Amino acid sequence: LPQSPKVLGLEARALTPQTAETDAIRFLVGTQSLKYDNQIHIIDFDDENNIINKNVLLHQAGEIWHISASPADKGVLATCYNRTSDSKVLTCAAVWRMPKELESGSHESPDDSSSTAQTLELLCHLDNTAHGNMACVVWEPMGDGKKIISLADNHILLWDLQESSSQAVLASSASLEGKGQLRFTSGRWSPHHNCTQVATASDTTLRGWDTRNMSQIYCIENAHGQLVRDLDFNPNKQYYLASCGDDCKVKFWDTRNVTEPVKTLEEHSHWVWNVRYNHSHDQLVLTGSSDSRVILSNMVSISSEPFGHLVDDDDISDQEDHRSEEKSKEPLQDNVIATYEEHEDSVYAVDWSSADPWLFASLSYDGRLVINRVPRALKYHILL
Amino acid sequence: MAAAATAGSSPGSGPGDSPEGPEAEAPERRRKAHGMLKLYYGLSEGEGAGRPSGPDPLDPTDLNGAHFDPEVYLDKLRRECPLAQLMDSETDMVRQIRALDSDMQTLVYENYNKFISATDTIRKMKNDFRKMEDEMDRLATNMAVITDFSARISATLQDRHERITKLAGVHALLRKLQFLFELPSRLTKCVELGAYGQAVRYQGRAQAVLQQYQHLPSFRAIQDDCQVITARLAQQLRQRFREGGSGAPEQAECVELLLALGEPAEELCEEFLVHARGRLEEELRSLEAELGPSPPAPDVLEFTDHGGSGFVGGLCHVAAAYQELFAAQGPAGAEKLAAFAQELGSRYFALVERRLAQEQGGGDNSLLVRALDRFHRRLRAPGALLAAAGLADAATEIVERVARERLGHHLQGLQAAFLGCLTDVRQALAAPRVAGKEGPGLAELLANVASSILSHIKASLAAVHLFTAKEVSFSNKPYFRGEFCSQGVREGLIVGFVRSMCQTAQSFCDSPGEKGGATPPALLLLLSRLCLDYETATISYILTLTDEQFLVQDQSPVTPVSTLCAEARETARRLLTHYVKVQGLVISQMLRKSVETRDWLSTLEPRNVRAVMKRVVEDTTAIDVQVGLLYEEGVRKAQSSDSSKRTFSVYSSSRQQGRYAPSYTPSAPMDTNLLSNIQKLFSERIDVFSPVEFNKVSVLTGIIKISLKTLLECVRLRTFGRFGLQQVQVDCHFLQLYLWRFVADEELVHLLLDEVVASAALRCPDPVPMEPSVVEVICERG
Repeated sequence: LPQSPKVLGLEARALTPQTAETDAIRFLVGTQSLKYDNQIHIIDFDDENNIINKNVLLHQAGEIWHISASPADKGVLATCYNRTSDSKVLTCAAVWRMPKELESGSHESPDDSSSTAQTLELLCHLDNTAHGNMACVVWEPMGDGKKIISLADNHILLWDLQESSSQAVLASSASLEGKGQLRFTSGRWSPHHNCTQVATASDTTLRGWDTRNMSQIYCIENAHGQLVRDLDFNPNKQYYLASCGDDCKVKFWDTRNVTEPVKTLEEHSHWVWNVRYNHSHDQLVLTGSSDSRVILSNMVSISSEPFGHLVDDDDISDQEDHRSEEKSKEPLQDNVIATYEEHEDSVYAVDWSSADPWLFASLSYDGRLVINRVPRALKYHILL
Repeated sequence: MAAAATAGSSPGSGPGDSPEGPEAEAPERRRKAHGMLKLYYGLSEGEGAGRPSGPDPLDPTDLNGAHFDPEVYLDKLRRECPLAQLMDSETDMVRQIRALDSDMQTLVYENYNKFISATDTIRKMKNDFRKMEDEMDRLATNMAVITDFSARISATLQDRHERITKLAGVHALLRKLQFLFELPSRLTKCVELGAYGQAVRYQGRAQAVLQQYQHLPSFRAIQDDCQVITARLAQQLRQRFREGGSGAPEQAECVELLLALGEPAEELCEEFLVHARGRLEEELRSLEAELGPSPPAPDVLEFTDHGGSGFVGGLCHVAAAYQELFAAQGPAGAEKLAAFAQELGSRYFALVERRLAQEQGGGDNSLLVRALDRFHRRLRAPGALLAAAGLADAATEIVERVARERLGHHLQGLQAAFLGCLTDVRQALAAPRVAGKEGPGLAELLANVASSILSHIKASLAAVHLFTAKEVSFSNKPYFRGEFCSQGVREGLIVGFVRSMCQTAQSFCDSPGEKGGATPPALLLLLSRLCLDYETATISYILTLTDEQFLVQDQSPVTPVSTLCAEARETARRLLTHYVKVQGLVISQMLRKSVETRDWLSTLEPRNVRAVMKRVVEDTTAIDVQVGLLYEEGVRKAQSSDSSKRTFSVYSSSRQQGRYAPSYTPSAPMDTNLLSNIQKLFSERIDVFSPVEFNKVSVLTGIIKISLKTLLECVRLRTFGRFGLQQVQVDCHFLQLYLWRFVADEELVHLLLDEVVASAALRCPDPVPMEPSVVEVICERG
């Protein structure tokens, strides 16, 4: 039950939950192949029957390096893809719409649908001719799906999607200046502060930006010993964010104190490519690494519930009162909950389901997608 | 005759035998008596044993025998002897008989005279005794008369005698009275002369009498006079006492006299202490002056000597005098003295501590220990006198504190020495290399560091060992016998140092300079080896040395050798792992730059191995040499075949064929991927940053793993043209040619390089691999 491997058949690095979907467990995976038409696989996981269903959409524009789904519209997604022309490679970004019937997943047999693979409808390009390669596209969280930010080389670009997303207008931008070849590797949009903050990673530095005037808020120099690969905001604590990188470490930061990390994890034995907070229970942190492992950690001491789940006094009996008191007295210990070793190649993407907070997917380079659940015992421990 | 003589006399008579019978008989008789005595005393007849058979005492023919039978004798003579001999015997016999007869006669004559004179003497004595009896009778009568006369005289003189006795009593009384009447003038004179002691004695003698008869006016006057004079005397004494300059013994005398005059003891003892305090404070001030910043402070030994002889000696005198003078004061007085001593003592201690604090930085323990010894020894005397003041305890405490600080100082010294060694090593490593030759060998540096630290440790041990030397007065205190040895020296100094050494070494692993490597990798390697050496030998050696030097009697728990060794081993492991990381990172960065900065799509057909690969091999070789200086070779997996001949071919494995099978359908890739997955199942997962073992091969394997994994990940992020792929092929083959020899399992290098080439092929839209033979040619040329 806990693991459900799914093999895509092509190399893949891009994975996202269908953010706007809150009922069904659905992930979008983009493939990365130079030889064949690339695809977006819509993976549906039937929780009750433990069955995976897959629909394939063609993405003929090029190999997909990054994918993100609109938080407002189930059918809208953005990809960063490579376009090769005249012995030149350029990474572009575009916003797409999937066919209506696939938005909520179709439960046809995969064999039938595969032969008649459908195509994505292009909504608009994010024109980057002046800015360079697109590293990632992030949507404004909890917004109306009209604002996105893309990172292109050393530029951070804020776009307004207009006329039902068929047009992307560059609203504002900022760029990193400095010695050497500065390039953004990844970015996240903070759900706090009225969605006015974005954090980016470039080389070993983390930076925070204010989207209203595109100015830098904070800067964590040398956040990692080597390249920072990814970062994520704590959904419940507004100043907390996690980052990971090539020094095999995962670090947790309070952005008000940029000199020292709050906590450092060193569980992986190679570069950590992805770090994700659980959307509801921020003590659960998921990391994926090129040592082919996915690690689920319980960072309860720096979470928003450091003493476990606090139960309201009103609706508990005396017995429970006693127990909860006991629980609240001793701060819980941080620990690794589980190490998942189903992958055999580097894991470049992990993410939580947007519908079920206890479920997550991980994707390795060989195209294997694994869906796992938080161990039941821990789930009840957190809930009760 | 000769025969008879032989028979008659014992053969023992020897040569002295005279032919004359009686002459010969005398010694014989004497011998007989001797024989009896000897028999009596249980002595065997020494030389008599020479007597061959001895005459049979029962022989009836023996003339001298008890059982002599004349008939048998004659019979025998007649039967055995010829006539002539019989004749001779007869004459001889007759001659002997005559001689015996004449002997008997002379004896009788001689003794007769003596009997006669004896009888005369007895008769004369009878006469004399009768005369004496008469004399005695007369004496008795005379004596009776004398007794009678004597009794009469006594009776007559009785009356006079009584009168004379009375007169003598009156005379004595009068003399006493005269003394009393003369007392005032005598006292005055004494006071004038300064013979205070005499005056006080007079006063003491007269006091009681005057007190008793003060109702009589004349006595009263005398008493008043005396009192006036005494008061004056007391005043003068006090004056002298207050002036105080005359020194402690005289003061003590004054006090004694004043006490005898009945001055209130309470007040006196207060005053006594005030004076003593003044003197002692003087001593303290002079000590403080020695402490002062301006004059060059005398060495600590001199200081404690001054303190000991000046202050402590003074305190001793005061205490002794006080106890002698005011013994009557009881516990209250003793308490007062104790408080006094305590207060001044604490001030003294404060001064001593200030002085000792100045000594903390110094390196000479022996002087300090000697100073402490004197200090402590001096204070034991007043300590005995003033047990209540607890001076000895306080002094011991100070000594203990100093000892503790000393230990801390030595620990710091050791740490500083270690850091100094590290700085030296850094400098040696950073020093420009002599052209052509490597600088100072790492092994040499390691030996230098190890021996330097060891000698520092030994020096520190020797230095603190002074504290426990037998002749030092405080070495038998429980602290120095137990806690100092176990907790202080063993735990605090030695274990503490080893721990801090490990910590310092480990701190190099956590240094934030992961990028540049603020710590030279060679230093990491050296420290790692140093810690490993500590684990294997040095720690147990040092601890054994410590335990031997400081016979630890304390039962408090101490860190076992194994724990410390485990810590050192862990440190060594972390350092070596960090070394691998750092070196791996250096090579990784090179590889990453080379992959990231190149335009792989429009690259030309490969003609050469890229310079960076040669550099990687060179660096790896250099690392191999460096590690080889300090670590053993390690175990290598058996080589299968000539690995260098293995050429990369993109399509060599079935796995890749599966990957490139042109299939869209989800079902078809399932199968091929199944194949690749099965293959992966059989190859072990490679832990890139896995812990390393303590040998060269393991270290090199770690570094190469990290480097190649980086290469793989970087390749996967790029897109390659046909020639780009071929270049990767060439580079990987080159690496294969040179790297396999460094690693434990060459399969590992194959596997990783295979992956790199396969990934490059995946990332190539137009994968046309180069002919293996061409690859080989290029690599051999490069």
